[in-house]
Amino acid sequence: MVFNIRLPRIIGAMVVGAALSVVGATFQAIFKNPLVSPDILGVSSGAGFGAAVAILANAGTYVVQTLAFLFGLVSVLITYSVSKVYNSKGTLILVLSGMAVSSFFGSLISSTKFLADPNNKLPEITFWLMGSLSSINSRVLVPVLLVIIMGSFVLILLRWRLNILAMGDEESQALGLNIDRLRLIFILISTLITASAVSISGVIGWIGLIVPHMTRILTGPDNNILLPASISFGASFLLIMDNIARTTFLVEIPIGILTALIGAPLFLLLLRKGYSDWR
Amino acid sequence: MNCLEMHNGKGLYNKKIIFENVNFKISKGEIFTILGPNGIGKTTLLKSILSIKSLDGGEVLIGRKNLKTLSYKDISKAMAYVPQVHSFTFPFIVLDVVLMGRSPHINMIDTPQEKDIKIAENALKKMGIYHLRDKKYSYLSGGEVQLVFLARALAQESSILVLDEPTSHLDYGNQIRFLKTINELSENDLSIIMTSHYPDHCFISSDKVAIMQNKTLIDVGTSDEVVNSKNLKIAYDLDIDILELENKHKICYCEGA
Repeated sequence: MVFNIRLPRIIGAMVVGAALSVVGATFQAIFKNPLVSPDILGVSSGAGFGAAVAILANAGTYVVQTLAFLFGLVSVLITYSVSKVYNSKGTLILVLSGMAVSSFFGSLISSTKFLADPNNKLPEITFWLMGSLSSINSRVLVPVLLVIIMGSFVLILLRWRLNILAMGDEESQALGLNIDRLRLIFILISTLITASAVSISGVIGWIGLIVPHMTRILTGPDNNILLPASISFGASFLLIMDNIARTTFLVEIPIGILTALIGAPLFLLLLRKGYSDWR
Repeated sequence: MNCLEMHNGKGLYNKKIIFENVNFKISKGEIFTILGPNGIGKTTLLKSILSIKSLDGGEVLIGRKNLKTLSYKDISKAMAYVPQVHSFTFPFIVLDVVLMGRSPHINMIDTPQEKDIKIAENALKKMGIYHLRDKKYSYLSGGEVQLVFLARALAQESSILVLDEPTSHLDYGNQIRFLKTINELSENDLSIIMTSHYPDHCFISSDKVAIMQNKTLIDVGTSDEVVNSKNLKIAYDLDIDILELENKHKICYCEGA
């Protein structure tokens, strides 16, 4: 019981929270925009579509998770390729094509919902999209854990360069960075991390946007400190949320609902205290 | 010794020629000012010198090496850049901004060490802004930010500084103080390339001046040779006299302006 269900879920909550937060902090730096979250390039919608298709096809949990992971990668690949086809410099086209790809997959998700049997499949898809950590067991956790830990390790190694990327492309280049290559590395690793996390947890919104901000209020914007701090803040935050989700009511509340329900007011409180300090 | 030269430089922007046949040489410790009206392409030229934007013809040599054969890292060890405009995203503290100048000297997976912090602090002291060390750089005045970026460029320990209209956001006093700082830096063997809107500034600090007009540098030489009524007429379409004061210093004067 403890090792097969409880412990994997605790570890899962911490790892997913850490993953979304570290990617959020990374993306906010490379897109030079504090409003960016890990799904800016379409990873969540892609993963959501993959999961929905698998659920519709009556597939088992592992297939759902695998398809979610793969479609998460595919959507970001499309986003990135579009921006390359347009031969754009900078990140604006990347973000815009991310929005387009996101809404495209969003529509595909809606069509799977439309086709789904409203008695069993539809609720299943809907619950997946609201996020839940209840399907985590030790077998699925290990590969996901490996990807996220290794990916986060690389992000931590490269974290100081994020400070420079946040200054803008031209300055970064004049400071000796190969920005195209560096940005690709960051996007690739971040996407692997996010897709892995989303594949076992479903779409848990808000964390990747808000945890880096809450952390920044405490640590300041230096990514040397911000990135590791976001990891531990994100891990604790999602673990606490999951405990509340599991234990508050007789029925488990989808965690995606809770993160925003509790996270939003908490964020506003912190904002009131710290806004002048970080902006 | 020439430390940087451009041969037949040509640059396009949106397929339009911005400049062509641009030739100049800069020696060690020289201050080179490019004068020209708004929108003539001075910034584009600077970016091509820095290789932020690649040349569409001709070449830039540093020492004897073609810029095209060098990596971004090598280029940034040779040249540091102070941009004209900067958009603030995150409120980094001044020391962290100056530390970014250490980037070409730090391995990809490393972070700044004690030694780098020392170098950054020395750069702050040299610019006389050590007291701003722990302030958020986005809260500073335009003049202070300019000095922070200059300190960052110094921390880069390159031999050439490229400054894009460094005096344009400064009040009169800070403009003059800034030019004096530039003069001091060049006495320490740093070469400086900058663009400017003020012909007068060339008489304060410039070993070499170029006038940019009609998509090229129409004249290159010492400030005494180049900053004259004829060139300024071409550059700004105004009749400007160059007056000499009793102490031999020159100033520009425009009748009826």
